[in-house]
Amino acid sequence: MSKTVIEINNLGKQYRLGQVGKGTIADDFKRWWYNIRGMDDPFLTVGDENDRSIKANSDYVWALKDINFSVQQGDVLGIIGKNGAGKSTLLKILSRTTSPTLGEYKIKGRVASLLEVGTGFHPDLSGRENIFLNGAILGMRKSEIKKNLDEIIAFSGVERYIDTPVKRYSSGMYVRLAFAVAAHLDPEILIVDEVLAVGDQEFQDKCLGKMKSISGQGRTVLFVSHNMGAVKQLCTSAILLMNGTLKATGKTNEVINTYFSTDDHLLNTGNVPRDYKRLYSNGKAYIDFISTADQSNEIKKKYFFKETINIILNVELLEDIKDLLVSFSILNDEMQKISYVEYPESSTQTISLSKGKHQLVLKLHDSFLPGKYFLSPALMHYTGEAIDFIEKVAEFEVNSDSIDGSHNYKWNEKHGNAYMKIKEITIKTL
Amino acid sequence: MPTPNNNNSWDIIVKPKTSLFKLNFSEIWEYKDLILLFVKRDITAVYKQTVLGPLWMVIQPIFTSLIYTFTFSKTARLSTDGIPDMLFYLMGQTFWIYFADSLNKTSNTFVSNAAVFGKVYFPRLVVPISIIISNLVKLGIQVALLILFYFYFYFTTNQITIQPALIFLIPALIIFLGLFGLSLGILFSSLTTKYRDFTFLLGFTVQLLMFASCVVFPISMYSTKIQNYFLFNPIVAYLEAIKFALTGHGVLSIYHIVIDSVFVLMTLIVAMIIFNKTEKSFMDTV
Repeated sequence: MSKTVIEINNLGKQYRLGQVGKGTIADDFKRWWYNIRGMDDPFLTVGDENDRSIKANSDYVWALKDINFSVQQGDVLGIIGKNGAGKSTLLKILSRTTSPTLGEYKIKGRVASLLEVGTGFHPDLSGRENIFLNGAILGMRKSEIKKNLDEIIAFSGVERYIDTPVKRYSSGMYVRLAFAVAAHLDPEILIVDEVLAVGDQEFQDKCLGKMKSISGQGRTVLFVSHNMGAVKQLCTSAILLMNGTLKATGKTNEVINTYFSTDDHLLNTGNVPRDYKRLYSNGKAYIDFISTADQSNEIKKKYFFKETINIILNVELLEDIKDLLVSFSILNDEMQKISYVEYPESSTQTISLSKGKHQLVLKLHDSFLPGKYFLSPALMHYTGEAIDFIEKVAEFEVNSDSIDGSHNYKWNEKHGNAYMKIKEITIKTL
Repeated sequence: MPTPNNNNSWDIIVKPKTSLFKLNFSEIWEYKDLILLFVKRDITAVYKQTVLGPLWMVIQPIFTSLIYTFTFSKTARLSTDGIPDMLFYLMGQTFWIYFADSLNKTSNTFVSNAAVFGKVYFPRLVVPISIIISNLVKLGIQVALLILFYFYFYFTTNQITIQPALIFLIPALIIFLGLFGLSLGILFSSLTTKYRDFTFLLGFTVQLLMFASCVVFPISMYSTKIQNYFLFNPIVAYLEAIKFALTGHGVLSIYHIVIDSVFVLMTLIVAMIIFNKTEKSFMDTV
């Protein structure tokens, strides 16, 4: 029989937009005036839904509104949603670094929150001293830290430097030491932010491994992440936040499917607005449109097994580029890279384009096994210097019926990464 | 099926508003290890990469007192109440610095710890409490220096006489002096989270307050009537009482000490309430 360890009722958080100044004194005064007359805060009735792309009608915005859910002991709950959906605000409230504007929540058990590693590290103190300081800040008792000290030092792998001030550490050593402390926390409820996913692959694997072992011990974990693979791998259930409201709760797979099927114009139309959050852009050229299409260049999202798939890419160059290279990472529905293609493969074939808008149609040599895929397109110079880089767009799906009906896909096991090749490229100037 | 819980079984219940007077001392006690580690950090980290280390704690008051002796006593010819110059200024300095440090360092609790407070929860009062304790350690070292000078003048001159009955009052006065600094400090730290104007206000107020607190001149310079007004400043009443207990010079007014101490406690309560109210959501405005 499971036990509810976190219960959240009608939680809401309101923020004021703009800067603190004379205007806020007036609001503070009004709030105080309502308060002493025993009335409710007048600003609670105003406030927009938190959609950052739309111009605000009010000075107040609800970062979270009407959040209700509960977590059972031993659950590993994934919290997913786009940037600005309210995930971090929810974590901040649950880890008590800020308080809700409305509603309440109840927690049973010792909570540790890892919104960052190395909180409170003092640069002038040695690694050893910082282990104690950081551990105590995270809620450990001195005796606990002492008991685990050798283990923490061994785990961090910076034994040689343990009595050197941490300001002399390389950033990698710093993070390792910080994570070693965090990894030895022993809470009943652990709140983890995706910030943990900043390190190298080894470090990320360590984080995920640690969380797996924690959840294996019947502890409760709340995990915020954009990495759907990690969420799927770790979490037993998930909640989806969108513009500060709760869109879905339930089994991880179902919630992730809801997340991908939610109305996202970028995924549906293929248009990439200029203000879209790009992974990298040097401003010389922009990808304006990216989608897959069938062999007659009809834009489609669903394909048969073995059907020819073309990739259509509209770009605008703000200056002539003589050695353009186009590349795609292909991701599966767990956002893991499964393949990578680029054109051209030799310097004699480089694409030379003049300033202006162009459409590139890339015909893939190979097809895909059934499943859901995303593309991460990039424009580069042949030298490898990046121009524009967008992540995880142009979702498409390949189903298990083959195009000619002769050879339906019937295997269930996972297939590994594939080497893929572009067969042909045609370019027309728009 | 989840079993229903009654309210008693929850460890943490968070609501937007809590009772004004809800101060969780047991929770602060839970974090005593953190307080001690903060104290250790505050004392050791400051003197890392120095050669003289904590010796700076005694160099500073000695030099300040020497300069005061030269400026206020030798040049401006201000009275030192019959106490040897150096001892007079050293006493004033030691206790004033304790008060001013307690005030200044606690007054930016929220702003300077925003990075930590924004990531981890622990009772925020842990920080000012640890500051007060590390200041007490520093005061202890400076009092040791004061005692050295005291005995030097005690045996070389016959200007000072100890008041044995009052010596035991001194620790209590020191604690109240610290509490006064703490109350004002956490009050300002709560106010500065949203409006930084208070940082500027505090900066020069503390400087001016030193002159309103009879640190560099004795209260005996004034008529009894004016003395009565001055003594409503807790710092003046405490400082004069300490001087009187140690040297037999100064003004001891139990009446004022009692009133001032009640005032200090009231300030402390108000400051705690405001601090408590601020700590819950200061991250949104800091």
